[in-house]
Amino acid sequence: MPINVLMPALSPTMEKGNLAKWLKKEGDAIKSGDVIAEIETDKATMEVEAVDEGVLAKILVAEGTADVPVNELIALIAEEGEDPGSVEAPKGGEAKGEAKTAPVEPKGTPDQNAAPDGAHASYARVDQAPEGAKPNGAAQPGASGGRVFASPLARRIAKQEGIDLSAVKGSGPHGRVIQRDVQAAIEGGTAKAGAAAKPETKAATPAADKPAPKAAPAGGAPAGLSLDQVKGFYEKGSFEEVPLDGMRKTIAKRLTEAMQVAPHFYLTVDCELDALMKLRETLNGSAGKDKDGKPLFKLSVNDFVIKAMGLALTRVPAANAVWAEDRILRFKHAEVGVAVAIDGGLFTPVIRKADQKTLSTISNEMKDFAGRARAKKLKPEEYQGGVTSVSNLGMFGIKHFTAVINPPQSTILAVGAGEKRVVVKDGAPAVVQAMTATLSCDHRVLDGALGAELIAAFKGLIENPMGMLV
Amino acid sequence: MSETYDVLIIGAGPGGYVTAIRAAQLGFKTAVVDREHLGGICLNWGCIPTKALLRSAEIYHYMQHASDYGLSAKEVSFDTAAIVKRSRGVSGRLNGGVGMLLKKNKVDVIWGEAAIDVAAKGNEPGKVTVKETKRAEPPKGAKGAGTYAAKHIIVATGARPRVLPGIEPDKKQIWTYYEAMVPEAMPKSLLVMGSGAIGIEFASFYRTMGAEVTVIELLPQILPVEDAEIAGIARKRFEKQGIKILTSAKVTKVEKGANSVTATVEDDKGKTQSLTAEKLISAVGVVGNIENLGLEKLGVKIERGIVVTDGLGRTNVPGVYAIGDVAGPPMLAHKAEHEGVICIETIKGLHTHPMDKGKIPGCTYCHPQIASVGLTEGKAKELGFSIKVGRFPFAGNGKAIALGEPDGLIKTIFDAKTGQLLGAHMVGAEVTELIQGYVVAMTLETTEEELMHTVFPHPTLSEMMHESVLDAYGRVIHT
Repeated sequence: MPINVLMPALSPTMEKGNLAKWLKKEGDAIKSGDVIAEIETDKATMEVEAVDEGVLAKILVAEGTADVPVNELIALIAEEGEDPGSVEAPKGGEAKGEAKTAPVEPKGTPDQNAAPDGAHASYARVDQAPEGAKPNGAAQPGASGGRVFASPLARRIAKQEGIDLSAVKGSGPHGRVIQRDVQAAIEGGTAKAGAAAKPETKAATPAADKPAPKAAPAGGAPAGLSLDQVKGFYEKGSFEEVPLDGMRKTIAKRLTEAMQVAPHFYLTVDCELDALMKLRETLNGSAGKDKDGKPLFKLSVNDFVIKAMGLALTRVPAANAVWAEDRILRFKHAEVGVAVAIDGGLFTPVIRKADQKTLSTISNEMKDFAGRARAKKLKPEEYQGGVTSVSNLGMFGIKHFTAVINPPQSTILAVGAGEKRVVVKDGAPAVVQAMTATLSCDHRVLDGALGAELIAAFKGLIENPMGMLV
Repeated sequence: MSETYDVLIIGAGPGGYVTAIRAAQLGFKTAVVDREHLGGICLNWGCIPTKALLRSAEIYHYMQHASDYGLSAKEVSFDTAAIVKRSRGVSGRLNGGVGMLLKKNKVDVIWGEAAIDVAAKGNEPGKVTVKETKRAEPPKGAKGAGTYAAKHIIVATGARPRVLPGIEPDKKQIWTYYEAMVPEAMPKSLLVMGSGAIGIEFASFYRTMGAEVTVIELLPQILPVEDAEIAGIARKRFEKQGIKILTSAKVTKVEKGANSVTATVEDDKGKTQSLTAEKLISAVGVVGNIENLGLEKLGVKIERGIVVTDGLGRTNVPGVYAIGDVAGPPMLAHKAEHEGVICIETIKGLHTHPMDKGKIPGCTYCHPQIASVGLTEGKAKELGFSIKVGRFPFAGNGKAIALGEPDGLIKTIFDAKTGQLLGAHMVGAEVTELIQGYVVAMTLETTEEELMHTVFPHPTLSEMMHESVLDAYGRVIHT
């Protein structure tokens, strides 16, 4: 009987995730501990480890599939002696019904939203999960609390040579790290504890004994200078070393990737704010009060910016789109992310259907998001997706800056401070309230003219804000 | 053409039949071809029947020394024919067992001499022609001569005694293991050429049964693959039993008389002597059976009589595989079995690794027994290891004393740097049953620490294995 591979849960609250990548093909031999797929949520990529041996007989959910529900049957493994060709998916979701997943706690971080990149999960087996919380695949390090399975000799050599065992891919039974693996790591120069290692060494690594730090370079991108190289530039004792948390690693990885993968170009406009400031004052003044006497809303300039981006995207539908490998995904509604700085990092919660929501709704949603972002209480689905983002550094007095696109989005708007400026109006100098906004565009999706059209629509809405009320 | 098999294995020795059963377990339609006997040399003319003979010798030895144990046995004697009959019976019984195992696993047995006509190409299976042979009666239910198609063809044809020119066995005065296993009468005197496992086991057997035995070894050490210290201890024991041993000695000429054979033996200084005995056993190793299989025609790469494989059983010709003796040393049954399993699992697409030949144990069932695994002390030094050596004598072990077996040694060799168990070497009673403890330890890659932490039952011979490890680290208790 084939083994069902189910969509694993990254956190107890996770309901779905994206099947980012299959690392094994149909027909590949699978041994326990092999990483067979990568599952993505916005803040984390999780490797799915096999707990069984056999042959990957069928992939039932193609890579790149978004929002795959937890416990969905994603693949079948033919057991030893079974003909992979004859393996068939069970009919009518019977697997789903019985499935019990052992929730995989993200390791190394108490915050489930900021699960470290490179977390591991092993999938649940339908035929192996009796009632109750029997740990899934007891011998699976990934699922059972961070033990690295390694032979005593491998451990001793690793210790003597300063090899981080958690960064060594085990080739022994059930992925056990054995002497030859450690020797290969020494010869390959990878996996030195504390030093940057090649990204692939993190694959199939059973969970670490230690919390977050893995041998993979923070961010998983080309490592750049090694730790020792960097340290070599500075006097000893002149710095303290700050370990990376999951959020920092994710930011490093995703934004490095964005700059390398998405060709950026930048469009800058000045927007006059006099009309907007006036409207804002009027609207805030007209806000009703709740039973405690507090106003029901208090609109910020940023709330107008969010709404204006949302509307602009629907007015320039070609720009309301993201790149997806071999195609472009174009959206019906505008989803606008808003960068919220928090201690040690940032979150980008997404205002859904920003084009349709009223300013007061957007404003109140943002207040809730900002508060929960600072408390790190956002749910993954609240910061996933989005077509564009707004990053506003106006409150720091920044006049102009450019922002890095937050994948998989295609644009990001960098908003500067509103200030009094002298401009030429009708041939004479005039004082106006103005701000500078710069749109970063992914050239794969937007060409210059299209980007210009989008930011022109935005500027039009900001300068004629009544358009946002109807 | 009658059948198309997924896997066809040529040779039903320990490598072949074990591979066949594993293939069947993996869901392959499997056949195994043999021309003479299920179970191969091992079961019919090697490992197993010699153990039966040696058991008779052992009991005879105990009966002769009954008074050591407070017993009396008078007029102790033996019946050569009965000893041989028992040995053949043991082989026959196991031979039938192999047939049953193959049947149970639905492996087809094809009887005859096989040659590969073509290897599989694309979707076309390979072809094997099996010719009738008169060597032995086919087992019940076996298929006969014909052409058979198979996607994967595994050569597991084993080996035969090496023949030195001028010393060709004649089955009368000059024996190989075949004749030595079924003597009509015990020879009064015997020359044994070669002191590997086969030569030493026969020397030990015939000496115990009363023959004057002389062992002639070309190299300076008997049991040349064993640790020098262990081989030295064994040599002293053999000589004490009355076996004459000539090392660094070469048989340059053999002359046959009516009922005798005379060997001219030259030592390393060029000095010659003549030795005459009733029989001479030629035990100078074995060579792989690679002929008449069609391998040359297919272009299968062969180097110095060994089919070249990638360590997973694959030859340079797709669809043709080789395991066991034909695929190179050590030519041991357990190596062939393991290699066969790796080969078939590789064909199945399972995750496999080439066998680590450094962890294959070796056993010699003379009296005293010899068993070893891994590097000898000399080899470890030669490879540049800084080593720690532990030794524990049988004289310090309660169970050994109680058994009346106070002679022997257990020696362990560790890498001083990592604590890796590099080798273990034993001589003494029952050591062939002890060695696998160290083999497991090596396979699991334990260091001295885990071995020290392991509880060994008392009173057993195995306690010496613990003590030897302790000794390597200066912690031995009982010496």
